[in-house]
Amino acid sequence: MALRRNLFTYGIAVPFAILLAFPFVWMFVTSLKPEAQVYDPTKTWSFHPTLASYGFLFHHTNYVRWIENSCFVGVLVVLITLAVAMPAGYALARLSGRVGRTMGVGIFLTYLVPPTLLFLPLSRVIAQYLHLSDRLWALVVVYPSFTIPFAIWLLMGFFKTIPQELEDAALVDGCSRIGSLVRIVFPISVPGILTVVIFTFSLVINEFVYAITFISSAANRTLPVGVPTDLIRGDLFNWPGIMGAILIPSIPLALVYNAFLNRFIAGFTGGAFR
Amino acid sequence: MATVAAARGSRSGRLRYVAERRGVLAALLISPAVLFIAALVGVPLVLAIYLSFTNASAGSITGKWVGLANFRRILHDPIFRGSLWHTAEMTLISQAIVVVCAGLIAHALVHKFRGRWLLRFLILLPWAAPISLTVIGFLWFFDPQASIWNWFLVKAHIVSPLSKPNWLGTPTNAMASIITVQAWRTIPFAVVIFIAGISSIPQEVNDASAIDGATGLRKFWHVSLPLQLPIALVAVLFGIVFTATDMVVPYILTNGGPFNSTQMITTYAFTTGINAGNIGEGAAISLFLLPVLAIVAIGMLFFARRAEVT
Repeated sequence: MALRRNLFTYGIAVPFAILLAFPFVWMFVTSLKPEAQVYDPTKTWSFHPTLASYGFLFHHTNYVRWIENSCFVGVLVVLITLAVAMPAGYALARLSGRVGRTMGVGIFLTYLVPPTLLFLPLSRVIAQYLHLSDRLWALVVVYPSFTIPFAIWLLMGFFKTIPQELEDAALVDGCSRIGSLVRIVFPISVPGILTVVIFTFSLVINEFVYAITFISSAANRTLPVGVPTDLIRGDLFNWPGIMGAILIPSIPLALVYNAFLNRFIAGFTGGAFR
Repeated sequence: MATVAAARGSRSGRLRYVAERRGVLAALLISPAVLFIAALVGVPLVLAIYLSFTNASAGSITGKWVGLANFRRILHDPIFRGSLWHTAEMTLISQAIVVVCAGLIAHALVHKFRGRWLLRFLILLPWAAPISLTVIGFLWFFDPQASIWNWFLVKAHIVSPLSKPNWLGTPTNAMASIITVQAWRTIPFAVVIFIAGISSIPQEVNDASAIDGATGLRKFWHVSLPLQLPIALVAVLFGIVFTATDMVVPYILTNGGPFNSTQMITTYAFTTGINAGNIGEGAAISLFLLPVLAIVAIGMLFFARRAEVT
């Protein structure tokens, strides 16, 4: 029985892991190739590895600038998101019965309204009314539209796991409701809040449609738009450089995802479906 | 809450007072979020509907009311009708692949075993990496001259070096490539949620079904599957929305080509609205994403309702 189960586990998991992760292996191999050899069929696997493309990335492109831009937007969006979503997530978690659940699902559904539906009207608003065309602030203003519903949903799941008795005890001891929120609920929820920070930040690092619509100059681009649009010289793609540019943010993100995965699942599935 | 207070008789006055205070507090805590969402999702959504009835363009910002002209034009546009079909094709096929693969992987990964951390890490990579970046990577894997897939196919003597497939160059291949990438990047998320669904089944249920002699596929079909279905369906609905409304994969891989054979609702709305500057018409095109959203929204509310009953 145990043997059969192991056979099933490894027989399924290993081939799929290879299949899903192989693109990253090939990216890594390509990133070490000299640019002149990427198309050489005799040098597919055997070549003299070089870090030249990483040097190119850091010294001759806007790559570092794009990372800074993405981090700038990411940090501000995370702060706005937490400030708005933490109180709302808490209130929805404690509103028992139909009202709380329906509102929770309602807010979650707004997360599903995609950028591809809203980018045209928002491009008008950004250009005409806010005068933020080609400014990173445009992204800071717009990104909370999807990070806030997402964060509220996760936080709702986390706050539901905190026993009401804990707060009642604080109230009995003379704490105000807001006081118990700030002194009891939020401190206990730090791991959950950290999960929200990480996944909100990664939503920002992933966003493409708004960034390509609102930002027009190379120096103001964010990472996900800069790499696909500006690492092309003339008509030539600098493939080793592009592969390095993909791997540098991907690997740390994947490590953090793995570390926080269980908490993410708890929050995601705990929102209103339990 | 008022009924609860009334049921408790003599203390009802005090309780109602507290309940009201709680209500006020809740409204206070939720309102900033509601305002934010109304301003950034609600208003643009209404504006998108309004714009679709105007001839707004990059030159004339507000545009004039033109009634249903935009809709009439796009419904007679073969490229647009193609994009509806392509979007459905991409979404349904890729998500069918996702359900099968993720179901298998989730059942393999749910138990503890040696090397689980590493395998889980590798399987999650496509989800954790920024999608616009990895799609650029796929552009390289599909390169007509240096495609690594072709290298494998040639080495395995499946294709000859002289007739290597051009992955993004023909309509069928391009669509297959896009579907592959969409499945590749959605599988990890589905795996994660499926695992949550499987592990939400209480151990007692497993024990009881073991006593009743249910094993293997029978147990899966009659016991495990129905119990994990609600959470799994949420993952599937999610996958459908994100694939149908995704622009990144088709935009970077083919940008609708060759010959508009992979034009999606999203890429066509972008091409029409931003590149060609016909904002009204672009808005009309993008509104055709709403039915997908509506179906998924109804599905989600249905499951939230069911969770409430049980």
